[in-house]
Amino acid sequence: MSEAKTLIEVQHLKKYFKVPSGMNHAVDDVSFTINRGETLGVVGESGCGKSTLGRTLIHLQEPTDGKIFLDGEDVTNISGEKLKMVREKEQIIFQDPYSSLNPRIKIESAVMEPLKCSHRFKDKNQMKEEAGKLMELVGIDERLRQSYPHELDGGRRQRVCIARALALNPDFIVCDEPVSALDVSIQAAVLNLLMDLQDQRGLSYMFVTHDLSVVRHISDHICVMYLGQMVEKCETKELFANHLHPYTKALLSAIPSTNVHAPIKRIQLKGEITSPINPKPGCRFAARCPYATEACHQPQELIEISKNHFVSCCRVREIN
Amino acid sequence: MSSENKNIKRQPEWIALCRRVVKSGGAKLGAIIFAIILLFCIFGPLFSSYGPNDIDLMSMYGGPTLKHPFGTDALGRDMMARLMYGGRYSILLGIMASFCSAFIGIVLGSIAGYFGGHTETIIMRIMDIWSSLPGMLLCILVSAVMGSGFLSTVLALTVGSIPGGTRMIRGQVLQERSKEYVEAAEAFNCPKYSIMFRHLLPNCIQPMIVMATMSIGSVMIQAASLSYIGLGVQPPTPEWGAMLADGRSYIRTYPHLLLVPGLAIAATVLAINLLGDGLRSALDPKLRD
Amino acid sequence: MSTDNEKFLNIKNLKVIYTQDRKVVQAVNGISISVDKGETLGLVGETGAGKTTIAKSILRILPDPPAKILEGEIWMDGEDILKHPENKMLEIRGEKIAMIFQDPMTALNPLMTVGDQITEVVLLHNRINRQQGMERAGEMLEMVGIPKERYDEYPHQFSGGMKQRVVIAMALACNPELLLADEPTTALDVTIQAQVLELIKDLQLKFQTAMILITHDLGVIAQTCDKVAVIYAGEIVEYTDKIELFDNPLHPYTRGLFDSLPSMNGDEARLKPIHGMPPDPTDLPEGCYFSPRCPYATEECRLHHPTMHEYRTGHFALCDKAAGEVNKDV
Repeated sequence: MSEAKTLIEVQHLKKYFKVPSGMNHAVDDVSFTINRGETLGVVGESGCGKSTLGRTLIHLQEPTDGKIFLDGEDVTNISGEKLKMVREKEQIIFQDPYSSLNPRIKIESAVMEPLKCSHRFKDKNQMKEEAGKLMELVGIDERLRQSYPHELDGGRRQRVCIARALALNPDFIVCDEPVSALDVSIQAAVLNLLMDLQDQRGLSYMFVTHDLSVVRHISDHICVMYLGQMVEKCETKELFANHLHPYTKALLSAIPSTNVHAPIKRIQLKGEITSPINPKPGCRFAARCPYATEACHQPQELIEISKNHFVSCCRVREIN
Repeated sequence: MSSENKNIKRQPEWIALCRRVVKSGGAKLGAIIFAIILLFCIFGPLFSSYGPNDIDLMSMYGGPTLKHPFGTDALGRDMMARLMYGGRYSILLGIMASFCSAFIGIVLGSIAGYFGGHTETIIMRIMDIWSSLPGMLLCILVSAVMGSGFLSTVLALTVGSIPGGTRMIRGQVLQERSKEYVEAAEAFNCPKYSIMFRHLLPNCIQPMIVMATMSIGSVMIQAASLSYIGLGVQPPTPEWGAMLADGRSYIRTYPHLLLVPGLAIAATVLAINLLGDGLRSALDPKLRD
Repeated sequence: MSTDNEKFLNIKNLKVIYTQDRKVVQAVNGISISVDKGETLGLVGETGAGKTTIAKSILRILPDPPAKILEGEIWMDGEDILKHPENKMLEIRGEKIAMIFQDPMTALNPLMTVGDQITEVVLLHNRINRQQGMERAGEMLEMVGIPKERYDEYPHQFSGGMKQRVVIAMALACNPELLLADEPTTALDVTIQAQVLELIKDLQLKFQTAMILITHDLGVIAQTCDKVAVIYAGEIVEYTDKIELFDNPLHPYTRGLFDSLPSMNGDEARLKPIHGMPPDPTDLPEGCYFSPRCPYATEECRLHHPTMHEYRTGHFALCDKAAGEVNKDV
């Protein structure tokens, strides 16, 4: 990257859902920026709000509070034509390639659909040609173009989803666990494809996943989430070399390593994830944290420990 | 996986569907019976020398003979001719009424399911009230208000089964719209009508087709009941239910007056239910390859 | 392959097919494995490789039709359980062999309290009264780290990890001699997965249970297993000790699997996926099933099915070339 230019900026984003038993704080005060051509990895366990964050970012859901900027422009609450324009710049790839394609629509039509909806092409043949180019780009054979989704395997289906997301030539793609439903040998090919496309087209990704080895491979920056809160945010290398938040430590130590000779010392967490519904103020990890004290139940702030390395833990200096 | 080395070439979907429907023995039997009944009703009159309303007072209450295979009724009309003409009404009535109510159910149900919120509340509460009235009562009410005749009978029969279909479609739409392909469509600005008609409905409609097919039988029985109590299609039009009603006073003396239309109704309903069952398993994605 | 009869569980040349619309799916194509008491065998492979079918064959819960065990023997404790009549299997299931399924959400009955579900299993296989059964169920709950007080709660009141613990408690309630764990932690989060794996491992060592752990995750294998069998297209392509496998993978498929993993310590720019797709099990290629995807495959590989070779002591690979061309660059 010659000069990092901010594409997406998120400030204090909040997304609450009303549920019968109260308020689900799915995303609670998250801020970050994503530069053009770079990837932000968002890591966390199920229910930490990472998928909601992605959907809110690309205007599939409206944020409760906070601001989203795209190319320096406030796009938090937009509607009508403006929303349509912005949506064309932001796309999403989902986890499950089985439910993210309509089972009754042939894959060529599925890729053509965004083109049709955008009215960029008047002529049907032009659209077909463009769809053909897209499918070639993601490596779908010509003979498969008239197939239905159920006739393809997961990896190819995910490629079709990628082609569909690329159709409108977006700047930014949210990848919501795009490879976690795939087998490892196929997962690698899809990851390669995503990285190649990023190089060719200068795409920015927000890569949501629970798989730390994947996120390490693909991301420039990583943001670790726990129950809707951002607990740590820094560059990828920095995170793996120098993780500071107790939750990040536990998460990293829990990954089953393929190194059979040096078994890592695992940090055993007590208890289970608490509920994000009507949470108490303060650090939400405190209930499982081995270092928790009284002070942890006060609202926490993001502390910049070193340049661009933010941690939300009041005891971070004592622990490390 | 299996698509690795073959060029995809397929037969039209509906042919494949028909093949799967008749794969089971029951559905095959149903299809054969139904086809025979249909042919009998459509082409039978061409070969019959009697009209359905030709009165022949010389041969009243006749049992089955070569001239009149199903006998004659109280006015000496040929039962076979009446059965053939009556079948046209009965079956058409059943098909039209159940598909009309399916159509209305699809429209209401998908609006309720897709838009949600107040729209959904209003539609579904109306359906709740609606379905709290007994279906037969509604039929009678509509027939009484609209008067008798073919179209008003269709309407009367349609009205009763709308709430069930609406609920079913709404449930399907709710389930389907949470899938990610709908979100993906929203993300690329797919217009709402297109999401509804292109994406949601084709994936929701299958159980409705099965339900509508299965309901043809019960609607026919309802139509027969309406005619039986004197509403619905009026004499001298030979509708199966009306024929039953005509014959009811002779149940002890001339049972064939009841047996012939009664058996015709029973056979048709059975055939349609068998077919519907086959359709259900043919449409079940779990049973498809 | 190790076919010594002293082992606790011995599967010999198991072949299973499924018949679908006149097509024959060759799910398991002659698998021989053995597990000893207190030992854990890991079965690793991709979706559709036949891992779950193997586990279900041992329990004899394959739906027949469409599935059919064509040939093979499964010796446990000196008896071939494939020859047992169904009523004998009822006794064996749960008592001698227990299975932990992937999805804890569907493995529990939502209408019964978790305690009663465990009690039921205990009572089914032991001649004790209900009171004793409930006590035993309470002990089991404590053992998997759930307080006894939660005996009367329903599955929906438990989180995913807790439910999987209940499932484990149920599986271990009758001290089974063989535990089949089919992707026991795939549906769980990593921090919870770590806890559950640790628990399974501890309990297995405590009761000296033989265990077959099915997974697609090489990391899980590295942490829990003693022996590993790599499955591809219904065959074992490599079988050896865990450490030997991770240090010297011999079969091209195993090596491909390792290469396609993003590593936690390396900094490679691109991953190396295995090209192509797993073969269609209704139409397996002639010769070596992996040959269409294998970078080392020769004409001979495509024509002749390879045989199992013991390349090092206890290290078997289903490849004729694993010693020469394939691994010369190691």
